[in-house]
Amino acid sequence: MSVLLILIPVALFLGALGLGAFLWSLKSGQYEDLDGASQRVLLDDEDDRLER
Amino acid sequence: MSCCAPGAEAIAATATDEQRAEEIRLASRPLGNGLMQTSLAVPDLHCGACLRTVETALGRLDGVELARANLSARRVTVQWRADGEVPQIAQALERAGYAAHLNDPDRADGDEALKRLIRAIAVAGFAAANIMLLSVSVWSGADAATRDLFHWISALIALPAVAYSGRIFFGSAWQALRARSLNMDVPIALAILLAFAMSLYETANHGEHAYFDAATTLMFFLLIGRALDHVMREKARSAVTGLARMSARGAVVLRDDGSRDYVGISDVRPGMRIIVAAGERIPVDGRVETGRSEIDCSIVTGESAPEAIAPGGAVRAGTLNLTGAVTMVAEATADDSFLAEMRRLMEAAEGGRARYRRIADRAAEIYAPAVHLAAAASFLAWYAISGDLHHSVYTAIAVLIITCPCALGLAVPVVQVVAARRLFESGIMVKDGAALERIAECDHVVFDKTGTLTADRVALADRGDIDADAMALAAAMASQSRHPYSRAIAAAAEGGEGRVGDVTEHPGFGLEAREGENLIRLGRPDWALDDATGIDDPVVLSSNGRLVAGFDFTSVPRADAGAAIAALRQMGLEAEILSGDRPATVRALAETLGVARFAGGVLPDGKLERLAVLGGEGHKALMVGDGINDAPALAAAHASMAPAGAADIGRQAAGFVFLRDSLMAVPLAVRTARNASRLVRQNFALAIAYNIVAVPAAALGYVTPLVAALAMSASSIVVIANALRLNSGAKASPAGKTADTGPAISPPAGVPAE
Repeated sequence: MSVLLILIPVALFLGALGLGAFLWSLKSGQYEDLDGASQRVLLDDEDDRLER
Repeated sequence: MSCCAPGAEAIAATATDEQRAEEIRLASRPLGNGLMQTSLAVPDLHCGACLRTVETALGRLDGVELARANLSARRVTVQWRADGEVPQIAQALERAGYAAHLNDPDRADGDEALKRLIRAIAVAGFAAANIMLLSVSVWSGADAATRDLFHWISALIALPAVAYSGRIFFGSAWQALRARSLNMDVPIALAILLAFAMSLYETANHGEHAYFDAATTLMFFLLIGRALDHVMREKARSAVTGLARMSARGAVVLRDDGSRDYVGISDVRPGMRIIVAAGERIPVDGRVETGRSEIDCSIVTGESAPEAIAPGGAVRAGTLNLTGAVTMVAEATADDSFLAEMRRLMEAAEGGRARYRRIADRAAEIYAPAVHLAAAASFLAWYAISGDLHHSVYTAIAVLIITCPCALGLAVPVVQVVAARRLFESGIMVKDGAALERIAECDHVVFDKTGTLTADRVALADRGDIDADAMALAAAMASQSRHPYSRAIAAAAEGGEGRVGDVTEHPGFGLEAREGENLIRLGRPDWALDDATGIDDPVVLSSNGRLVAGFDFTSVPRADAGAAIAALRQMGLEAEILSGDRPATVRALAETLGVARFAGGVLPDGKLERLAVLGGEGHKALMVGDGINDAPALAAAHASMAPAGAADIGRQAAGFVFLRDSLMAVPLAVRTARNASRLVRQNFALAIAYNIVAVPAAALGYVTPLVAALAMSASSIVVIANALRLNSGAKASPAGKTADTGPAISPPAGVPAE
């Protein structure tokens, strides 16, 4: 029984971590252009970073 | 350049740099840190190389801080410094080979409602997964103390999840109840709330069964369906409304003191004097004061031949000024112009369509009362037989949970999203699911002529009997002008330029040049010839007033117009042409394309009447048109499609917008919509079959939380799998692609964009 008291909070914490990571990635716009992202990985760099 | 939007391209090509800069400034929104952001729709973005070409071309411009192309949305976002000049964004894109349309500045890039839905899905998914883990150990036989502990933990997870993710259903159900009606959200909200409340009660009383997992998985699945529905509508909306054209957002007003101002089109008042340069659209209804020109009315009336205007002549908003600058006096505001009149006709016509009820709503209307009655009946029956209040309530709630329209909530949106995705890959935007449902029912198709069946340009007819020298001379002169007839002549003769210098254009009449001693004129017969009797060609070439050659023109049918009409006929849709153009021109085209029913010279309300007649005969008509005069008909027809080059008003009224040149988009849309509608019906049948098994089991009290979880998940998965068949079945026929557009990259099946 006592092992549950440790394992369940740990499991829930890890799950919450995953949820938090997803919500963060959503907020930071990583799902804005899924088609583009799969193409961009193939482009050579130089002009890839336009944010100066 | 691939001609995705021939109309828009033509306009953009004739606007001056200053006008375009002003357009872009009007369509941009300040970001607050000295930067302006402009969003442009670029329908030709296809692959990684496109991203790079566009971003490099725009990144090189002076003043551009950031250029970011979005392949999923076919959109480019440009941030530029507000203190400098407006960068020549459209010109740079054009040089790179991409047609661009300005996006609405009011639309923020992120879609808040979708993000809210996705956050709700994430929270519900997290809760469902964790509660399910705990439930599995309860089902596999935890002892009483552990079971209670797990139930309490589940309750702790479910409470915030239901409160956060459930709001979407509770809000909608509450609104429906306040309006004294039932929608699908009422049984959903009831099931979620009752399942949660009963489980809490059971947990507090050390009960054996708790439905926390059912409540959260229910929300999870239903939110997915909701999000898919939203994605489809939003995507189409941003694509369609984003196609605002680079024209007539403002007008150059000539003040009394001689100064010129560029004012927004809504600020134009009657009595103002407006300068309309060649290549601009007439902003409001008015009367010409000075200057002569010719105007292209094709998008307003469907008339394909240019019309000459002179001082005193009336001009209508939306027509295109072709050859010379004119000064006009506004006689109406933008809200009272021809456009607004069409809008009023549209609103009146839309009544019929507003009465259309979506298939899911029709299903909900039967489903919701049936579910509530079944739950009430099982409660009463159990209470009458056993007199055990707790057990009766428990069974009734189990019925509500098991019948909750999980599969129904997914049955329609999943299919429609897959269908819309497929159409999007072929360059067709779907406005919403209702448009898909309606176009599948159509058995008649009505085409507009100018701009829909024909391309926006004209071509020279019968050049065989024109003398080669005369042709070369005419082409050399014509290449100096932007008049559609001149362009057609220049296009018909390749090469042969540079033989005449010093060509002057007389707006409204034609072109004049000198060749040695001879005065050469190319233009209207009554101007170019000393004696124009008996000449019916619209344009002649003359030397010193004597006829050298006559030119006649025909409109060019859009690519695949004939094939598209044949394909539609094969699918049982009879074609018909209704045009505002001259009857003779319409007849010629109808004969070329093999269309038996046609009418020319039809006014906007004539088109409405014809649609009403068709409706009266029990036909459901699909209207395909592009002009301002088609807008009321597009709104009135059972379903409607417009090309991307259509007038804004028509494009917004249409249920579908096709971006590529080919008319094969029309049969493709009908075919895909019919497949989708078949799959929707199959999904409903599956959902009903599921309920026929599940409801008696629940009413007899056999549905434990384990059974509920299995049954609900299984039915949802079956429905989704069935919907995905649309994708695999239809991939074999990649119709609707024109030769000049590259192959579209197909994204993974069934994955919603964004």
